[in-house]
Amino acid sequence: MNDLTPFGRVALLAFAALLLAVPWIASGYVLSVSIICLYLAYMGQAWNLMLGFAGLLSIGHALFVGLGAYTSGYLFTKLGVPPAVGVVAAVAVAMAMGSIIGYLGFRFAIGGVYFALLTIAFSEFVRILLDHAKFLGGTEGMFLPVSQESRRGVDLVNLRGSTEMYYYVILALAAGAFLMCRALLNGRVGYYWRAIRDNPEAAEAVGVDIFRFRMYAVLLSSGMAGVAGVFYAFYYNNLFPEQVLGIERSIEVTLAPIVGGVGTLFGPIFGAFILTPMGELLTEAVEGFKQSGLIAKNVKTDGVKLMFWGLAVALIVLLKPKGLWPWVCERLRLVKPPEQRG
Amino acid sequence: MAMLDVQGLSKSFRGLRAVSDVTFAVPEKGIVALIGPNGAGKTTCFNLIAGALRPDAGSVRLAGADITGRRADKVCDAGIGRTFQLVKPFQDLTVLENVTVGALHKHDGVAAAKRDAARILEMLELGDKRHMHAANLTLPDRKRLEVARALATQPKLLLLDEVMAGLRPTETDRIVAVLQRLRAETGITILLIEHVMRAVMALSDHVIVLHHGEKISEGTPEKVTKDPAVLECYLGEGAV
Repeated sequence: MNDLTPFGRVALLAFAALLLAVPWIASGYVLSVSIICLYLAYMGQAWNLMLGFAGLLSIGHALFVGLGAYTSGYLFTKLGVPPAVGVVAAVAVAMAMGSIIGYLGFRFAIGGVYFALLTIAFSEFVRILLDHAKFLGGTEGMFLPVSQESRRGVDLVNLRGSTEMYYYVILALAAGAFLMCRALLNGRVGYYWRAIRDNPEAAEAVGVDIFRFRMYAVLLSSGMAGVAGVFYAFYYNNLFPEQVLGIERSIEVTLAPIVGGVGTLFGPIFGAFILTPMGELLTEAVEGFKQSGLIAKNVKTDGVKLMFWGLAVALIVLLKPKGLWPWVCERLRLVKPPEQRG
Repeated sequence: MAMLDVQGLSKSFRGLRAVSDVTFAVPEKGIVALIGPNGAGKTTCFNLIAGALRPDAGSVRLAGADITGRRADKVCDAGIGRTFQLVKPFQDLTVLENVTVGALHKHDGVAAAKRDAARILEMLELGDKRHMHAANLTLPDRKRLEVARALATQPKLLLLDEVMAGLRPTETDRIVAVLQRLRAETGITILLIEHVMRAVMALSDHVIVLHHGEKISEGTPEKVTKDPAVLECYLGEGAV
């Protein structure tokens, strides 16, 4: 807050108030789009923690989401363990996988794009494994039982309730992730991460144990994704390996931070709130064109959102490689220049 | 007991002997210069001491403790701060943040580390540039940033790799004055690689000359600059 200009503070408070009010003022459709926005903002924060803070590119974050989702889903359906407890196991499994990938990557100095390939490899490996895991439903999917009456009310222990409840749960997660990342970034670990990101050799020379701090980044990020997996499982109530762990899912979580600004705290949130509604509006518009006959009904338009996202990323990389958020911040003078800070 | 004691240090790269059986010592509170023509093995020597490279043979002792072949961050823990000849700033961090990363090595809190970093920046005359991004600094300023960041770890021994290269004579004199003051105030020990003889003559109590990876001479600056073997390696046989 101290780094914000007066206008920046007003803007932040207005945004926070708007987020809190969404279920009261918006339609069901806007509410479910908002849930997707916040989910991607949360996941963007987790992914950005690795690339933007510590300089580690992951294109396999769906793996950690998937492990969290399947772990909590299995515990719930087969053993009756509520997600409030299952989340601990979900995070543990996701972190265990993160530590395996991190250990291999950092112990054997697999850097840059090769580390990204490692994350893809593990993600695909587990996806194929899940395809064949009959006890988890395999390709036929895992279904979480949900009754009509549980769609009303609020049951946080079993993560069952109205859409409004899911909205506030993911809002709390996104806000919590933002605050946690902000605290980390301003602390020792944040300084060390950014030093490692900019120059590992120089970081080591000033006494930074780069293996350890890279591990922290992977563990934290994979754990956060594991929590997202629990939300995913109990919000959608059906899990298919292809849908949860497909590489499109891993790429999807990278879009909001890339558009908003890799390495910035608010970039993933900003990016998610720009991209998701635009993608949804586009899908709606295309449907409308189909209804009104502007586009022939038999034309396949499933990929229109993906094409838009691809175009958005290409434009950002070409025009604003640091992302939209730093540019918006400067334009609207939301943040004080460094010489005016405490 | 010497602050730094290097015995029989050797390192080869694919058969090329970059550093060959080099032995020398740096006394506590001493300022020792490591000189020699390009390719003499000076920077390799530094990298072997600082843990960026592992020696094939030999030993490195810091204040009596064996630190041979330790990882760079452990060498820093032991009390050695270093700069890089090809500067390695944290590009996207401000000048103050760069030095804060170093200062965090000895400080528990970020606020205290920042205060200390600001103090060191003042000392190196970078105070008014503390909010600039390191990527936007001029080369002489980046060299000073390297020194500031290394100093911030509060080392017992400071390794400086050509921090005066590319500086104007007045700037060189300023850094020399800063280093002399630093030694007087904190009792730090300094080992430096330097081509700028103006700085070597003004600063060092003792000079070590490397050529083709071997130590060919050592002694006071006056003695070494008159040594025929040293003149020969710099200027060729005919010059002597």
